[in-house]
Amino acid sequence: MWPRTLVPLGDRALTIDLSAVPDAETRDLIRCLDARVQADAPIGVTARVPAIRTLTLHYEPTATTFVALAHYIDAALMTLRVGPAVPRAPVVIPVCYGGEFGPDLADVAATHHTSGEAVIEAHTAGDYVVAMIGFLPGFPYLEGLSDALHTPRRDIPRTSVPAGSVAIGGGSTGIYPFASPGGWHLIGRTPRALFDAQRSPPSLLQAGDHVRFVAIAHESWRDQVNAS
Amino acid sequence: MTIVVRAPGIQTTVQDLGRLAWQHAGVPVGGAMDEQAHRIANLLVGNDAADAALDCALGGIALQFESDALLALTGRNITASIDGVPVPPWRTLRARRGGLLALHNGCRTTIAIAGGISVPTVLDGRGTCLRGVFGGWHGRALRRDDRLPIGAAAPLAMRIAAHLDARHRAVGDWGASPALRPAYAAATSVRMIPGPEHAALTPASRDALFGDTFRIAPESDRMGYRLAGPSLALTSHREMISSGVTAGTIQLPPGGAPIVLMADRQTTGGYPRLGDIIAVDLPLLAQLQPGDRVSFAAVTLDVAHFLLRRREHDLAKATRAMHLRFANGADGAR
Repeated sequence: MWPRTLVPLGDRALTIDLSAVPDAETRDLIRCLDARVQADAPIGVTARVPAIRTLTLHYEPTATTFVALAHYIDAALMTLRVGPAVPRAPVVIPVCYGGEFGPDLADVAATHHTSGEAVIEAHTAGDYVVAMIGFLPGFPYLEGLSDALHTPRRDIPRTSVPAGSVAIGGGSTGIYPFASPGGWHLIGRTPRALFDAQRSPPSLLQAGDHVRFVAIAHESWRDQVNAS
Repeated sequence: MTIVVRAPGIQTTVQDLGRLAWQHAGVPVGGAMDEQAHRIANLLVGNDAADAALDCALGGIALQFESDALLALTGRNITASIDGVPVPPWRTLRARRGGLLALHNGCRTTIAIAGGISVPTVLDGRGTCLRGVFGGWHGRALRRDDRLPIGAAAPLAMRIAAHLDARHRAVGDWGASPALRPAYAAATSVRMIPGPEHAALTPASRDALFGDTFRIAPESDRMGYRLAGPSLALTSHREMISSGVTAGTIQLPPGGAPIVLMADRQTTGGYPRLGDIIAVDLPLLAQLQPGDRVSFAAVTLDVAHFLLRRREHDLAKATRAMHLRFANGADGAR
């Protein structure tokens, strides 16, 4: 049985905390448990929110109880077959790095005593995995950022970050699907739509997806926006 | 049937009961800030509880009806009129074609209209997602001269309207009983279930959280309320990893001023979680304005569920009563 802690998140949600599971297994465990809940659709469960160490389930207390869900979760964990995800081709994200698209590229380079070109090279060399979707519709928290690019968040967050901004915050890199306040360093911008409510599925990326970044010329921004 | 926005107010959005099921994709739940007021307003006009209505911040809103309409206003501190004649909240109201509804004042008012606001369903909801610019009315707050389509009234709504018209009344002599309404106040106490990082508060901070009152700070909105008051601290710095949050989650950012997450909250958060306000008390918070006061008390999950089931029981009873009162043929006997 996987070590789990169940924490009430108010009276209409609970969080399954899997922090005690060895790091190497957590991602597959959460993905498989989430898939299991999605397939079973237990009575009263209204939403699932997989995260990096936790899976949160929202529920309707008139249809189920915390104890009933605890039993369900433990039974699921007991019989769950955890394996690696079916390999899928990485999603390629074209990025205009630096300049007006990435106003913090020079700062990130200066923090690491290197050049903007070296930052772009390191960022496009990475093989990233979507650790979770959160914060904004379709916002991917990406794991796999080179240690050489880890950069503490900005002291003062921006009040508005443009949609499509590719950013570094601490040891993560991510993409802002919508204009929003944000404290990460903006190194570029992608013309691809990360989220479209009319598309199925609406989010371009799902937890577990692999992502690669490719640098594109600033001049091609307009063509790419029109194409996507 | 159409309504025309003559004055949009500070921020008026089309809302329903939220998009719960898309949180795994990072989609905010949204929906009415005051779920209970929304459901009762819909009940008063014969709508389904989840039909789309208007969610209005403060006052200064004027709407004109292009046909006869059945409507209801619910919330706290409501002052409103139709064609200059004051009308009461928590009642079924009748407006004539060309009539002008003015919401002069209110905290977080639901305006429900029989038939509901007829906007397309996007990701299983009709509510406005302001951050994602979709849903509701073109994904944005209402503006002057917007023309909102109203859906076809349900049979219950038509019977209510016929009842009023037969008696030449513009205001129903029924309404939501006080027992059914949240006990709103400008200084309120809400109950919460302590969260995982609550135990890490310093003793002084824990005393302050449950002993002091907090003011709603001006920079509060549909996403969350910032609380001004005693600064809270944890015994040690916690490195948090983002995880699911919900309506009423009380987060503690490094500055020491708590934030309570509201309808348009993000789906995940990375700040310490002090606790979560229970569902039946969220309407009390939704009706607070900047400068109003709130204090916290801890309850168990069992108590929270008892209170929620009792509220659902009461709402179901009120819904049955409304249907019985206006059942086919029952009307003539009264």
